[in-house]
Amino acid sequence: MTVLPIALHIPDGFLSAGVAAVAAVLAALAVGIALRVSDRELDESRIPMLGVLAAFIFAAQMLNFPVAGGTSGHFLGATLAAALLGPWLACLVLTVVVGVQAFAFADGGITALGANVLNMGVLGALLAGLVLGAIVRTLAPGKGAFLASVGGVAWLAVMLGAAATSIELAISETVPLATVLPAMLGVHALIGLGEAAITVAAVAAVLALRPDLVAFGIWEPTSQVPVAPEPGSTATARGAS
Amino acid sequence: MRQVSIRILVALGLALAVGLATAVSPFASSSPDGLERVAEDKAFLDRGELHGIQEQSPIPDYAFPGVEDERLATGLAGFVGTLAVFAIGWGLAALLRRVRRPTSVPRSRGAPA
Repeated sequence: MTVLPIALHIPDGFLSAGVAAVAAVLAALAVGIALRVSDRELDESRIPMLGVLAAFIFAAQMLNFPVAGGTSGHFLGATLAAALLGPWLACLVLTVVVGVQAFAFADGGITALGANVLNMGVLGALLAGLVLGAIVRTLAPGKGAFLASVGGVAWLAVMLGAAATSIELAISETVPLATVLPAMLGVHALIGLGEAAITVAAVAAVLALRPDLVAFGIWEPTSQVPVAPEPGSTATARGAS
Repeated sequence: MRQVSIRILVALGLALAVGLATAVSPFASSSPDGLERVAEDKAFLDRGELHGIQEQSPIPDYAFPGVEDERLATGLAGFVGTLAVFAIGWGLAALLRRVRRPTSVPRSRGAPA
């Protein structure tokens, strides 16, 4: 049996024990912080949103689409989660998806679980959310500019995940960096375009139906005009006290 | 425009997710994906292995066990998996909110200070 269930996820055997351990510690730290700060972000409406986003991302990750030369790619969903739930809850959503995939579907390794959470949940969702948050705070973009940012960040999140995977494989001495990095970035530059298109479409749909559900608390349900948050007012904008 | 309720939005999202995982995933591309293709080209694909725990995976490789038809097996795996992930995500969020806010919270949005 040489058929191995590899998706975008690193299986066991690709990483050295040291790299897997360091990645696991970093991932655990980030997820630990996410669990601690989650109460600040979890209002009543976000509880089912967390479930439905995890479900959607899991489903979409099963849909490999063909890219060039007999290669396929699939949706990652990190930036979608980040745009709708903010950085920390998005990190948790991706962790749930990657965890279920590893344990229930043998997709992505168990010792490599930390690396996969790091690449997709932390360098993907968490970082994407922090960058989007910074863009919203500093530029106060309109809806069009926000969607453009979402697309750009979605592409970057895929590239960053691919770069991180390459670096982990190289440090593990599985394959030289000069070999793996250009190959991974080349393939994922195309996959990232699909990622950006799906993410923008999904966020645009939510913006049209319930703009208040987009993270960062900038769009009220009925308002067509984005309201720039005043400095230090993000907590009140979110409805927390 | 009337606001779409969270309930309806969640139901729509879940229906879309279950539909995609059940009915579309059996027809998804079976070509090697990004990492798999690179691993194949750069000759380290055979280093991959299954962890012992994964020998007991309930639905290994997105194929529902005991189902002969490949597409049906994939669709069933997608159906079960999507509902399971939905339940786990919702459950985790509900649990976190309860653990972090031990006092019972009224159902209104945004408790007063």
